[in-house]
Formats: sequence, C-alpha cells, structure tokens
Amino acid sequence: MKAQPRFRLLPMPGHSFLLFIVWLLLNNTVAPGHLVLATFLAIAIPLMTSGMQDPQPSFQKPFAIIRYIFVVIGDIIAANFEVALLVIGPAKLLKPAFVAVPVDIEHELPITILASTVSLTPGTVSAEISEDRQWLYVHVLNLSDEEELITSIKQRYERPLKEIFQC
Amino acid sequence: MEFWIELIVSGLLIVGAIFVFVGSLGLAKLPDFYTRLHGPTKATTLGMSCLLVASMVLVTYQQGYLSLHELLIGLFLIITAPVTAHMLAKTGMHHELDILEKTENKALAERAKDRMAP
Repeated sequence: MKAQPRFRLLPMPGHSFLLFIVWLLLNNTVAPGHLVLATFLAIAIPLMTSGMQDPQPSFQKPFAIIRYIFVVIGDIIAANFEVALLVIGPAKLLKPAFVAVPVDIEHELPITILASTVSLTPGTVSAEISEDRQWLYVHVLNLSDEEELITSIKQRYERPLKEIFQC
Repeated sequence: MEFWIELIVSGLLIVGAIFVFVGSLGLAKLPDFYTRLHGPTKATTLGMSCLLVASMVLVTYQQGYLSLHELLIGLFLIITAPVTAHMLAKTGMHHELDILEKTENKALAERAKDRMAP
C-alpha cells in the first residue's frame, strides 16, 4: 500500500509546515535569510524522504485534537502533583501493579500516541504492547481499582483518539 | 529589571526546581525498577516546563524579542520522555529484573515479555 501524494512538489504538506516552523524556532528568528533556508528545507526534505513513508490514518477532527491536547496537559499537571506526593510519602503505602488494558485501535500511530499519553498521565507507564496489538501492558505506581483504571484510560484517551483518527 | 518580572521568573524557577528534585528523589527512593520509572517521566515534565517558561520570560524581557525556541525543547521532551520510559520498561522485563514482592499481577510481566495476550 502506497500513499498517493496529492501535490507533486509537496508530497507531505503537514511535514513541510512542521519543518518550516521547527527550523525557525531552532534559530529563534524570522530573518529573511532563514525564511528562505526554511522554505528550501521544507520542500527538499519531504521530496527526498516521501518514498520511505508508511501510510498512517490522517487526523480528521481539528477540534477534537485541540480538546485532546488540553485534556492531556491538564492530566500531566495533575500527574505531576500526584506522583510528587507519592514519591515524598512513605514507600510502604504504594500498591504497584501490572495491568493489561484491552486496545481497540489497530493502527500504529494512534497506538503510539495512546501509549505515550498513558506514560505521561497519572501513575501509569506503558511497558509493552502485545504482538496482535490487542493489549497494552501498563505499570501502575499506586493501583486503587483495576476496572476503574481500565475504563478511565479507554474513556478518557482511547475514545477521543478513535474519534480523531476515525478508526 | 522590573520587580514583577523578577518575581515571576524566580517563582517559576523555584517551582520547577522542586519538581525536578522530587523526580530525582523518586529515582533514589522508590523500591524497585518499575516504580522508579515513574519519577523521571512525570515529575520532570512539569519541572522542566516551569524552567523553560522562566527562560522564555527572562530572555524575552532582556533581549527585547519574543524567544520561542524553548517551546521546541518542551516538544522534544514530551515526545522523548514516554518513549524512553517505554524502552526502559521493556528492557527491564527482558532482563527479568526483580519486581517488588507486593506488586499485583506479577505474572503479567512474563506474558508482556513475550508480547503475548494475557
């Protein structure tokens, strides 16, 4: 399966935009010389690398993406306080556990995003994904209720991702 | 320098330093490999963000132009921190590191090592 480019000069418009912005951010400037160089890089690199592309489902709902980002940022801040308290508190009270979370998404990119979100949010680190991509193994720092954790991951992160990628 | 800029920057630096310190403390204090992973992946993200925002405010004020490349550091951090944690956890399982005795579902680590369904 090969992704069919929509424009010949810009096979990956999203990546081109990202490269342009990242180059300007790296140099922390909007000087004309760097604008030209950024444009050149944004066109040349995708032309050379578009052949190596692995087709992934595309982002569908911009508003869902923005909402997801804000939910995750909020959870990261909550996670920081939670983990800080657990670290300072006595280690005897911790109840660590491994939990297998069933995953409904099949594609690589959404699963990667789901696993990364799980790692960044309260008390969980994703450890492994099963070969058939049906189960995400998660290590929990302080488990209170296994069922509740699984439903919260599915409701809070997996459902919006399914909506964003329409799969 | 104006007083309120100093206030914001030093406040952010103190909060950031506290979180980074707690993250490192977790690395030293928590009982086993898998629990230790939690400290640096999470506590550090917010700590580093605070330090980066402090740098943005200070440089923007002192140099007179908007300094945004700290955002890029933050982005790279958010992308790399979970991947590192994932790879470390994976490696830990393959080396069959000791898992804390009271950990629930210890058997799952065995299944996860072979990437099988539970």
